[in-house]
Amino acid sequence: MDFNLVIAGEAGQGLNTLNFVLSKILFKSGFHVYSTKDYESRVRGGHNFMKIRFGDTKITAPKDEQDILLALNKAAVEIHQDFVKEDGIMIYNGESYEGELREENQDKEIFSLEAALIADDIGNGRVANTVFVGVLLKLLGLDLKVAEEVLGEYFRRAEDIKGMNIDALRKGYEKAEVAKRRFEMPEVTPRDNQILINGNQAIGMGAAVAGVQFYSAYPMTPATGVMNYLAKRQNDLGIVVEQAEDEIAAIMMALGGSYSGIRSMTGSSGGGFSLMVEALGFAGIAEIPLTIVNVQRPGPATGLPTRTEQADLLFAINASQGDFPLMVIGVKDAEDAFYQTYRAVNLAEKYQMPVIILSDQFLADTEINLEAFELDTLQRYNGFISDEQAEGISDYKRYEFTEDGISPLAYPGQMTESVVLIDSDEHDEHGHIIEDAETRVAMVDKRHDKIEKLILEDLEEPEYIGPEETDYLLIGWGSTYGPLQEARELLEEDGYNVGLLTFSDVWPLPIEELEDRIDNTVSIMVENNATAQFSRLISSETGIMVNHEIVKYDGRPYTAEEIYDAIKEEVID
Amino acid sequence: MVNPEIYEANRETAWCPGCGDIPLRQCLAEALAEMDLKPSQVTMFTGIGQAAKMPHYIKVNGFNGLHGRALPPAIGMRIANPEMKVIVESGEGDTYGEGGNHILHNIRRNPDIAHFVHDNQIYGLTKGQASPTTGEEMTTSTQPNGITARPFNPIKFAVAMGATFVARSFVGKKEHLKAMMKAAIKHKGYALIDILQPCVSFNKVNTYQWYMKRVYELGDDYDPTDYDTAIKKADEWGDNIPIGIIYKAEGVPIFRDKHPQIGDRALVKEKKEPTEFQALIDEMK
Ligand SMILES: Cc1ncc(C[n+]2csc(CCOP(=O)(O)OP(=O)(O)O)c2C)c(N)n1
Ligand code: SF4
Ligand SMILES: [Mg+2]
Repeated sequence: MDFNLVIAGEAGQGLNTLNFVLSKILFKSGFHVYSTKDYESRVRGGHNFMKIRFGDTKITAPKDEQDILLALNKAAVEIHQDFVKEDGIMIYNGESYEGELREENQDKEIFSLEAALIADDIGNGRVANTVFVGVLLKLLGLDLKVAEEVLGEYFRRAEDIKGMNIDALRKGYEKAEVAKRRFEMPEVTPRDNQILINGNQAIGMGAAVAGVQFYSAYPMTPATGVMNYLAKRQNDLGIVVEQAEDEIAAIMMALGGSYSGIRSMTGSSGGGFSLMVEALGFAGIAEIPLTIVNVQRPGPATGLPTRTEQADLLFAINASQGDFPLMVIGVKDAEDAFYQTYRAVNLAEKYQMPVIILSDQFLADTEINLEAFELDTLQRYNGFISDEQAEGISDYKRYEFTEDGISPLAYPGQMTESVVLIDSDEHDEHGHIIEDAETRVAMVDKRHDKIEKLILEDLEEPEYIGPEETDYLLIGWGSTYGPLQEARELLEEDGYNVGLLTFSDVWPLPIEELEDRIDNTVSIMVENNATAQFSRLISSETGIMVNHEIVKYDGRPYTAEEIYDAIKEEVID
Repeated sequence: MVNPEIYEANRETAWCPGCGDIPLRQCLAEALAEMDLKPSQVTMFTGIGQAAKMPHYIKVNGFNGLHGRALPPAIGMRIANPEMKVIVESGEGDTYGEGGNHILHNIRRNPDIAHFVHDNQIYGLTKGQASPTTGEEMTTSTQPNGITARPFNPIKFAVAMGATFVARSFVGKKEHLKAMMKAAIKHKGYALIDILQPCVSFNKVNTYQWYMKRVYELGDDYDPTDYDTAIKKADEWGDNIPIGIIYKAEGVPIFRDKHPQIGDRALVKEKKEPTEFQALIDEMK
């Protein structure tokens, strides 16, 4: 059983705080929470909204249909009224709604409240949004205890502000008495060991836990959240976040850090990632460990800065001239984002190569509750030689030929008798420039051997959900994971045999599970881009042509119903 | 003093005979030796070009990266390791052209880095196109009508930006160059030396003789700590070219000072286990 709440208004109206506080209250009360953001690239005005979906079972996707609309301005009612259920309610920020509801929405309840007046009475206009928190809790039949705790924590630094917010909360609760609609909430109890986290935070946390000591980046929506997460904690962690002068500097700084022996990472969105491309290949030939996160937004060029898409896949895999080892991981949800980032940093060091994490705005800004990550299950892979080993070396070869292509990794200053030389030119074992054909071929092969090893030892097959025998096989990668899960369940409820195969590792492409499951079923690729890029990757790597492609490229994430409807229309009917 | 031979500055190079990079390398090896540094205590970051090949021709830790991008990775090292002597070395095309944005912002950061720019007023490696410092009157294969932009004045730029150590030297004055290199390496903060380095193959205007006739050493009466004097001196070019420390400011906070959370710690020596980060999880509860 789940409920849907939309908070809508314009930029600058405090939607973010409201969303944060409400999500936290619901989370702390014991609900499963799933909140998404839809915002414009502006600081004031425009139209933004946040959806909070919550209930007593795990939620994996956003939903269009709404139980409650909290409209902070008139436009919010105009835009969202159709999505409010017949038995839903609209809460309007004003004395009374001056507009006309559309014909089909006439019967929907609209409850108006001039929160600003109440806030002024309390003595601070800025507590108006908290009045609505009280209203919502009343309608949902929840008590104020958890809310008071959450507000107390949020405003812990200012006792007077905290008091005024709690006043506002109670006033809202009282005022909502006259609203007709009440919702029956399922019984939930607060659970220990749960966290509330979004995709960008999960990546930042994964990086920190992996021991990343240096994050250099240039701000670009929607990737800035990763940088914010780490910067906010850099003093506690004793690590460094540096805002570079541009993305080329960002990636080169990280490579300098990595060469110097510290775990380093950079991140951006497509535009910034484009600028990093030459250095990506440099990391490949110079064999420098590096983790890069690309939080995708719709392109090309500036595209839609605050919206979502999965259209950088083929670009990421093919970025930079020449052949070199590269790994690309498309993260599926906040949990996957945490563990995969941790894994990426370690694999980058193990294989001394660049690893790209592909996330997107949808995942970046979606906040969900999760079982707390288990840190004692994580193993740190130390790629550097030990100080004792380093002492014995008098003629260090950064690119020494070895069985598996991985050369012993040392950092400058680690060996008193030897130096570390890396080069973006083709080079010999010592790192010196060469021109001869033989060494060139040997070095290309050496670098390629690392990928062979990675495929054998570390590549992960996609996750499969569903029955062994299927009539339909849904295929996806990255952040469509959640909506695809719910879509699969909806189809299953209709009596279809449906499986779901979702990839995190997309390059190198794991093919075993896919080849095992693709026969004797109708395969349906679902992607958040215009040209079904993953489908093209699969066909170029394996020759497999999926039967149907469902794509979406309006800059918005999929809901489960959208996928379900598309499959019903385009495939089943 | 260590023996300069440990730097192996006699390695065979791909530079042209007579190239100004050759004596420059010798000066560098001697300067490092006189400072009692061992090869493992020095790291050189370079871009791409003739000058940028230096880490292959002298034994120090080396990072031969991308054209124009020698400075940013040096910043990464400055965070990892406070003890290493960090030298950035590249051509003037690499530094002032392709990498212009980086020098601009690294002067602002004031990292503890010695930056040696081999200024031959030409693109050497790509065979003689104009660089940012090429004289306006010159014609090249790609600029048959002459250079389309006025020359860049690196000294004036750096002084005006408040770089904390700005010097010029000339490979034809070896003792001078060595002294400048040592002063730059010792300087706490960002130190730029624009080193006049004749390209015998492609720059037929700015030859050894051309420089020899014009350069003069700044005397003891010159006060490099005075900004107004320095900015005036920075404009001198043509018949008389001053070499020496043009501008110097002491006591300006360096890049690492702006990251108090790492203090003097060598991050490179710290390796944390995942379980040490439980607090990050607990704060999300
Ligand atoms: C991105 C990129 N663009 C262009 C080049 C080609 N290139 C290599 S070195 C160079 C110019 C070198 O001039 P300078 O930095 O003055 O060094 P010099 O060879 O004169 O020492 C150019 C254009 C390159 N390697 N990479
Ligand atoms: S081309 Fe010029 S700069 Fe390059 S090695 Fe020859 S003389 Fe030196
Ligand atoms: Mg040059």
